[in-house]
Amino acid sequence: MGLVSRLLEANGIATVVMGSAMDIIKHCGVPRYLHSDLPLGNPCGVPFDRAMQEEILDQALILLKDASSANTIVRSIAKWPGAQGWRDDYSKVDDTNRDALRLKGQQRRGQQKTEKSSGIKRSAMIPDF
Amino acid sequence: MANDYDSDHDNDHDNDHAYDVEYMERTRNYYRAQGYNSDYQWAHHKDTPFQPINRLLSDSKVAVITTAMPDTELGRRQRAVYSTPIEPIPESLYTAELSWHHGMTHTDDVGSFLPIAALEKLVKSGAVGSIASRFVSLPTEYSQRNTLQKDGPEILKYCQTEQVDVAILVPL
Repeated sequence: MGLVSRLLEANGIATVVMGSAMDIIKHCGVPRYLHSDLPLGNPCGVPFDRAMQEEILDQALILLKDASSANTIVRSIAKWPGAQGWRDDYSKVDDTNRDALRLKGQQRRGQQKTEKSSGIKRSAMIPDF
Repeated sequence: MANDYDSDHDNDHDNDHAYDVEYMERTRNYYRAQGYNSDYQWAHHKDTPFQPINRLLSDSKVAVITTAMPDTELGRRQRAVYSTPIEPIPESLYTAELSWHHGMTHTDDVGSFLPIAALEKLVKSGAVGSIASRFVSLPTEYSQRNTLQKDGPEILKYCQTEQVDVAILVPL
């Protein structure tokens, strides 16, 4: 998504990215980024919290309007209402799931071979935020 | 406005557990544990383009771009750029293949990742001029080349055809 932000911006369309993956966005470099400190999946705010979602959008538009240079990053008002352990939980690898992950990788590679042989060329890889 | 993230690093965080998750490192380790030997290379640039807004938001047309696919038979089967009417706002989008935090949250509320309802309120209030008639789905994928040479130009063309002034990009 960062790549498209950059492409639009280079062609005269101002952009703001709303997201929750600070490191990936900073690594890419985008004109304007509003960061919400939430688990991945809800970059506009906590599900069904309309007030939060509207306030975060307001912040995105203020950022759009007020930023004066590229790589401008602002943190939104977002706060996760649940347990704070979500940060440690994401894609955790430890002794409880190491064997399962190895098996998952084997199965995935088999699936990818099947997809390739059946003409599905676009890989459902994930990490381009 | 500050353009240095570190300058406001500690604001608004009132508990000891808050930190920015190192998603690249986590993802690398996760895929290595699955037996993949080559790490994904995330896009990285030294310079970043910048286009100041050239008209008031109240006079601007806004496009919305998401990484979620249409929740249709085609959208579930074929990863591609799609444009979908903003009216009616879809009740669901297809997010199952994206790397959101399964088990910790959900994507049952489209408003949590597609800001169309909130934008419509701003259009009604006059704070925003208008919304492009269709929102765009951009597939996330391994190949940056597909994004740069195929999907990106397609989205740019759409925005130009729609005479969009600004775009809000919302990766899950």
